[in-house]
Amino acid sequence: MKRYSAFAIAKEALRQHMGWERAWASPDPRASYDVIIIGAGGHGLATAYYLGKNFGITNVAILEKGWLGGGNTGRNTTIIRSNYLQDASAAIYEKARSLYETLSQELNYNVMFSPRGVMMLAQTQHEVRGYLRTAHANALQGVTTEFITPQRVKELCPIMNIDGPRYPVLGALWQPRGGTARHDAVAWGYARACSDMGMHVIQKCEVTGVRSEGGRVTGVTTTRGDIGCSKLGIVVAGHSGHVAEMAGFRLPLESIALQALVSEPIKPCMDVVVMANTVHGYMSQSDKGEMVIGGGTDGFNNYTQRGSFHHIEETVRALVETFPMISRLKMLRQWGGIVDMTGDRSPILSATPLEGCFINCGWGTGGFKAIPGSGWGMAELMAKGASPLTAEFGLNRFREGRFIDESVAAGVAH
Amino acid sequence: MLILHCPCCGIDADETELHPGGEAHVKRFGPGASDAEFESYLFGRENPKGVHFERWRHANGCGKWFHAARDTVTLEVFGTYSAQLTAPPQDIRDAVTAKRPGWSWRDFA
Ligand SMILES: Cc1cc2nc3c(=O)[nH]c(=O)nc-3n(C[C@H](O)[C@H](O)[C@H](O)COP(=O)(O)OP(=O)(O)OC[C@H]3O[C@@H](n4cnc5c(N)ncnc54)[C@H](O)[C@@H]3O)c2cc1C
Ligand SMILES: [Zn+2]
Repeated sequence: MKRYSAFAIAKEALRQHMGWERAWASPDPRASYDVIIIGAGGHGLATAYYLGKNFGITNVAILEKGWLGGGNTGRNTTIIRSNYLQDASAAIYEKARSLYETLSQELNYNVMFSPRGVMMLAQTQHEVRGYLRTAHANALQGVTTEFITPQRVKELCPIMNIDGPRYPVLGALWQPRGGTARHDAVAWGYARACSDMGMHVIQKCEVTGVRSEGGRVTGVTTTRGDIGCSKLGIVVAGHSGHVAEMAGFRLPLESIALQALVSEPIKPCMDVVVMANTVHGYMSQSDKGEMVIGGGTDGFNNYTQRGSFHHIEETVRALVETFPMISRLKMLRQWGGIVDMTGDRSPILSATPLEGCFINCGWGTGGFKAIPGSGWGMAELMAKGASPLTAEFGLNRFREGRFIDESVAAGVAH
Repeated sequence: MLILHCPCCGIDADETELHPGGEAHVKRFGPGASDAEFESYLFGRENPKGVHFERWRHANGCGKWFHAARDTVTLEVFGTYSAQLTAPPQDIRDAVTAKRPGWSWRDFA
C-alpha cells in the first residue's frame, strides 16, 4: 500500500495524478477463511482490522451485500461523544473516542475527526438533574465532561436562542473532546487497511444462509456461492434479526427507521455540536457548510431506509425554535437508515447459541461514535473468547436482568 | 404516510393519529414459566423482514388498541383487526397469502 502524505500529493501533482493505486482490492471469494465478518459497515470493518492488528488473524473476509459503508455508517450524522451514564458504556464509548483522536494517523487515512465539542442541552429540571448526575458519573469514569451554565452555552453557540418560547435552556452537559468525523472515511480507511493486511473486502455479496454442523458454524451461503469459515461475526445493524434467523436464534431487538437531513451550505455559523433532547432535534455544521440535522426514530418496524415525513417536521420545528436563524434555510437532502433498537438502548457484543458465531449489533441510533472501540472489543472477543470491553454487553444480560440502561440517559437518537 | 383503518371506530387514520405498540401476539407464559420463556416474552422479537403483525393505538382518535398486518419491506398494509384476538383471523391470513403466496403463519413466540 502506498502511503498518503503531503509528499505523495506533491509527487503525484507532477505526473497528472497517474500514480495513485486503488485504495482496496476487489477479490473473488476464496473457498474458506478463518474468520468471516458479515457486513462492511464501520463495526464490521473495525472488527476485522483489530483482528489483524491486535491478534495477527488476517485470513479474514468481510462480506457486504451492497457497497462499503452503504448502511448506517454512511447515513449517520457523525456525532462522537462518550458522556454516557453507565460504567460499561463509558468504557467502550470512551475507548472509541480516544481511538478516534489518532485514527487518521493510525490508518494513514484522513477521517477528519473534529473534536469541536458536543453539548446536550438541559431544558427541564429533570434534565438538569439527569445531566448533573451524568457529569458526576463521568468524573468517576475518567471521561471529561462538565455541566455548564446557560451563559456559557450562549458563548459557545451564539446562534442559539436560550430563552426559547417553550423550553428555556437551563444548562448543558458539555464534552469538549466530543465532536464529529467523516463517516465514509472511517469505513474507507478501515477497508483500505484491512485490504493492505491481505483481508478480502467483498462487496455485492449478500449472505443468504448460515451453515452449521453439530451446533457449530461452518460457513455461509452467499449470492456468490458457499464460503466456509471457522468463526463468523454478524455485524449487520438493522438486518441483525434477519441474519440471526438464518443462524437459528432470535434477538431482543427491533429494526426501525431513523432519518437525517442536511441544508444548503451556508457560511460558518456554529462550531460545536448541539443536541436538544427535550424538543427532539440536534444539529452541527459540516465542513462543507451544510447544517446536519437529526432527531428521533420513527415508531414502527421498517426495513425501507425511508422514514415518515411528520418526524422530520417535528425535528425541524424543534430546531427552528432553538436556532431561529435557520427558519429560512432550504433543506437539500433527507434520508433514512435502519437502526437496531434494544430495550435498554445498549449494544450487544456477544457469543451466540451457535458455537463459533458472534454478534455485534444493537448500536441503534448511536453506534458511529463507537466504531473503533467496538471493533477493538469485538476482535478480542472473537480471538480470545472474552474481552473486558464487551463482557457486560452479552446476550445473557436480558435473561439475567443486568440491563445497561441508557434509555433514560439519552432521550434522543445518536 | 402510513394509513391504517381503525377497526374500533371505522376511521382511516393517518400515522400522526396513531401510536405504535410493537409486535403483536407475543406469548406470555403463566406462573412457573422458565427464565427462557419469560426472556422470550419480554425481549425476544421476530423483527421480520416482511410480514409483520403489530399493535397500534388510535391515540388521537377513539383511543382504542387494534392489530395490523403489514409488510416491513414494502410498507403495504394487509389489513387491521381486533386487539381481542390472540392470532390473526382467517380473512387477514388470506389477504396476506393473496399477496405473498407460500407465506405461512408462524407461531410467534
Ligand atoms: C440517520 C442516522 C443518524 C445517526 N446518527 C448518529 C450519530 O450522530 N452518532 C452516532 O454515533 N451514531 C449515529 N447513528 C448510528 C450509526 O449510524 C450506527 O450505529 C452505525 O453506523 C452502525 O454501524 P454498523 O457497521 O454496525 O452498521 P452498518 O453501517 O449499517 O453496516 C452493516 C452492513 O451490513 C450489510 N448487510 C446487511 N445484511 C447483510 C447480508 N445478509 N449480507 C451481507 N451484508 C449485509 C449492510 O449492507 C451494511 O452495509 C445514526 C444512524 C442513522 C440511521
Ligand atoms: Zn379508532
